Amino acid sequence: MLRYLLSRLISSAALLLGVLFLVFMLLHLTGDPVSLMVSRYASPEDIEALREELGFNRPLLVQFGDFLSGAFQGDFGSSFRYRQPAMDLVLQRIPATIELASVALLMAILMGVTIGILGGSNPNTILDSIARGIGLLGQTIPTFWLGLILIIIFSLRLGWFPSFGRETFTFLGLTLPDQSIVLPAFALSLFTTGQLARFTRSAVMEVMNEDYVTTARSKGLKKKRIYFKYILKNSAIPLISIIGVQFSYLLSGSIYIETIFSWPGLGSLLAEAVGTRDFFLVQATAFFTSLVVIGLHLLTDLVYVLVDPRIRYR
Amino acid sequence: MKPLLSVRNLSTRFDTFDGSVYAVNDVSFDLKAGETLAVVGESGSGKSVTMLSLLGLLPRSTWVTGSAIFAPEGFELDLLSVSKAELNSLRGNKISIIFQDALRSLNPVMTVGEQITESLITHHQYNKNGAHKRAVELLEMVGIAQPDKRYYAYPHMFSGGMRQRAMIAIAISCTPDILIADEPTTALDVTIQAQIVELTRRLQQDLGIAVIWITHDLGVVAGLADRVMVMYGGTGVEIAPVDLLYENPGHPYTAGLLGAIPSIAGSSADRLVSIEGAPPDLFQEPRHCQFAWRCRYVFDRCWKEKPPGYIISPGQVVKCFYDGREKTPRVEE
Amino acid sequence: MITMKEQRNENNKNDLTGLLIDEESDRNIRARLWYIWRLLWRDKSGLIGLIVFLVIIFSAIFAPMLAPHDPLKIDLHASRQPPIWTEAGNPEHILGTDNLGRDLFSRIIYGSRVSIMVGFLGVSIAFSLGMMIGLFAGFKGGRTDNLIMTVTNMILALPYLVFVVFIAAVLGRSLLNVVLIFGLTNIPIFVRVTRGEVLRLREEGYIEAAISIGQKTPAIIFKHIMPNLIGPLITLATFEMSAMIFYEAGLGFLGLSVPPTVPSWGNMLAEGRQFLTVFPWMSIYPGLAIVITGFSMNLFGDWLRDVLDPRMRRMKK
Repeated sequence: MLRYLLSRLISSAALLLGVLFLVFMLLHLTGDPVSLMVSRYASPEDIEALREELGFNRPLLVQFGDFLSGAFQGDFGSSFRYRQPAMDLVLQRIPATIELASVALLMAILMGVTIGILGGSNPNTILDSIARGIGLLGQTIPTFWLGLILIIIFSLRLGWFPSFGRETFTFLGLTLPDQSIVLPAFALSLFTTGQLARFTRSAVMEVMNEDYVTTARSKGLKKKRIYFKYILKNSAIPLISIIGVQFSYLLSGSIYIETIFSWPGLGSLLAEAVGTRDFFLVQATAFFTSLVVIGLHLLTDLVYVLVDPRIRYR
Repeated sequence: MKPLLSVRNLSTRFDTFDGSVYAVNDVSFDLKAGETLAVVGESGSGKSVTMLSLLGLLPRSTWVTGSAIFAPEGFELDLLSVSKAELNSLRGNKISIIFQDALRSLNPVMTVGEQITESLITHHQYNKNGAHKRAVELLEMVGIAQPDKRYYAYPHMFSGGMRQRAMIAIAISCTPDILIADEPTTALDVTIQAQIVELTRRLQQDLGIAVIWITHDLGVVAGLADRVMVMYGGTGVEIAPVDLLYENPGHPYTAGLLGAIPSIAGSSADRLVSIEGAPPDLFQEPRHCQFAWRCRYVFDRCWKEKPPGYIISPGQVVKCFYDGREKTPRVEE
Repeated sequence: MITMKEQRNENNKNDLTGLLIDEESDRNIRARLWYIWRLLWRDKSGLIGLIVFLVIIFSAIFAPMLAPHDPLKIDLHASRQPPIWTEAGNPEHILGTDNLGRDLFSRIIYGSRVSIMVGFLGVSIAFSLGMMIGLFAGFKGGRTDNLIMTVTNMILALPYLVFVVFIAAVLGRSLLNVVLIFGLTNIPIFVRVTRGEVLRLREEGYIEAAISIGQKTPAIIFKHIMPNLIGPLITLATFEMSAMIFYEAGLGFLGLSVPPTVPSWGNMLAEGRQFLTVFPWMSIYPGLAIVITGFSMNLFGDWLRDVLDPRMRRMKK
């Protein structure tokens, strides 16, 4: 167990190092990072000055060394636009994104898993068709379009929810979002809802065909017991890893939703940084998102080990 | 004496994507209390499906016809026409079954002990503590060392033989009248096989359980069974007491199977006989003898009608138009 | 139970997998096509998906003939017109016009070209390179395999969208860049699937036999591995293509895909979003085109998977 934990930690650390390398190299993909950052009206002297200032005229290896040592101290350079350290900006924005993604995940689990269980345990019925339908919808409706449609219907036509921004209220000392989170979270969740419905449905169907379910029936057990102790318990285990992966999808998918709904999170920060060619900020965002995602994968694996008896004792 | 279980004209059909599969066709047999009936046949001959049909364990798109009168002391009912709830109260209680692949047949996320207590709690109103105590006793009975510790183990922590022992413990927990053993030793190596066979025999004698032992291995049958039913293409082609079957097989298929057993004691003249041809196509509704495709004695009548059961000696029933002793087609009296 | 499984295997003799691995494949091609048609006809959703997808490809190819207007022609007199079925609709423009008076319907038809092109070319790149690398890793084994799979899994563990956005921002807006981005970033998933299949197939008796009698690796790959690989890879390609079409539109929406002058569904959405409050139809219809495309490809892909993977085969009433 401890050895497994250690090896997973080491591979995650290696992965992070790889991410740093990637994030550094991508900026140098065209060979000249400075020309990416300046406006096209900049004079050659200005460009040269900036290149000097940012140290892009030094050998690549030296730059990478500098970048690494900076990264270890959380220094990814400063945002041109905000005149602030890029990582500070990222840290300011992350809570709003985590909040949005969590609410979306909760919605997706409530809807997707329920529909998937109902569909999977009643193959070839209407419930099954609904589960398949939701799975398909989640996969075929692009998040960014759904966001726009939701705004048209629920903000512009019906006026039920605000079309942009994040409003909060304080309850028991906690700062919580008000109804302004409903539309963005729902739009963000649909893909995951679909995935979970699909996955849960097939997991349940697969488990129902397992020999041990036949054994349970041959023992004359009550339907309810077979359902909960045999079918659901066994289907739940693979779901854990899917939910972990889905959360990272939600984090990345927030780039569309936060842009549409002007949600002040990491996604809108990235879109903005890309639009204003603020590449240090892009680097910091990409690195930090990867960090969270890698951490999530690690966490998922650990939970998996704790839940599945077959792995724990191996 | 009335048989414990009396199956008549059992047929089972599945409806699949590619058409109907006629898996079991017109199977009839009796099982007496306390005896061992071996059901022998190659894979796909309908052995398992027959038993699963009796217990109502097949998926929804399955059609089962016929009757199966189950008559232990005190009551009598038809397994194929009772309500689902009634059948459920018999399963694991009066009739239980163990499967070939014990690893896949045990719930991977539940301790072995808890899986044993389940039937006890469901059928015999045990409380948790009582069921726990009884489960430990059962584990000991089936020969698992340190039963009180092993109670808490998960199936994957057991060896193949131990898992099958645990399956047996589950199956006998309510002291059933019938134990159906669906190839329980096929996945095990030979020494373990012998142990499991021995264990089953001992438990059967101690508890007076009737056993239906499904296998494709005639070698296992000899030392175990009182009577044998040979199945081919979904039909029971021959039923006979075990000695009679070995000495004097009545069906060409049985004869072929017996010829196919390699015998260590046999002389070099005993050549391994293989039966030519492939098993029948179960997608066709059978209208003639299913063995006709592979039978060396086949003649025109075999292709026209299904052979009825002929009693050729006491307790030996054969479904074949050819009389192997007279070397002629049978004549109707 | 055992018999049931055997029964199922028995049934699968007739399905597409059986067709693909059969060596005498030209003997009764007509019978096979007939069987595929029968499977399609039985599961109507697969057929619908295929037909709709073919219609989209057709409209992409013949866009100049199908589009009623020049998609780039600016007509400020006819700008911001609603679709034909609204009160102010203009029969000239079925789905109305955009801010600059360009015909939305024509632009959507032309927009399918970008989507289909990115999808086809991107998948072709990822498919061919991914399959080659996967075959190499699976056959070479050992350290090479380890290295390839470590890198593959590393890339697959990253937040895909964030990096695609990053790369697109660095490279700048052009069709070639978009195709390359999706083609190259999707190699790993093809590598993983190919290698997985190769490892699984190598365990199969007939391939072990072929290796043991000393058949050359290329011969084994072409005769035994490839025919079995095609099923899972084509299924994957269908889903990946629909995913690429989505991602391309998403990049367009963020202003990172093809240049703004090119009519593409993503670009149209990005423009439409600016006028969301006043002219919502500018955003609705390009998005609907994406939905219909994705829907058809997923229906077809699901059907393919069911047919090509016998394990997914379900019993029907």
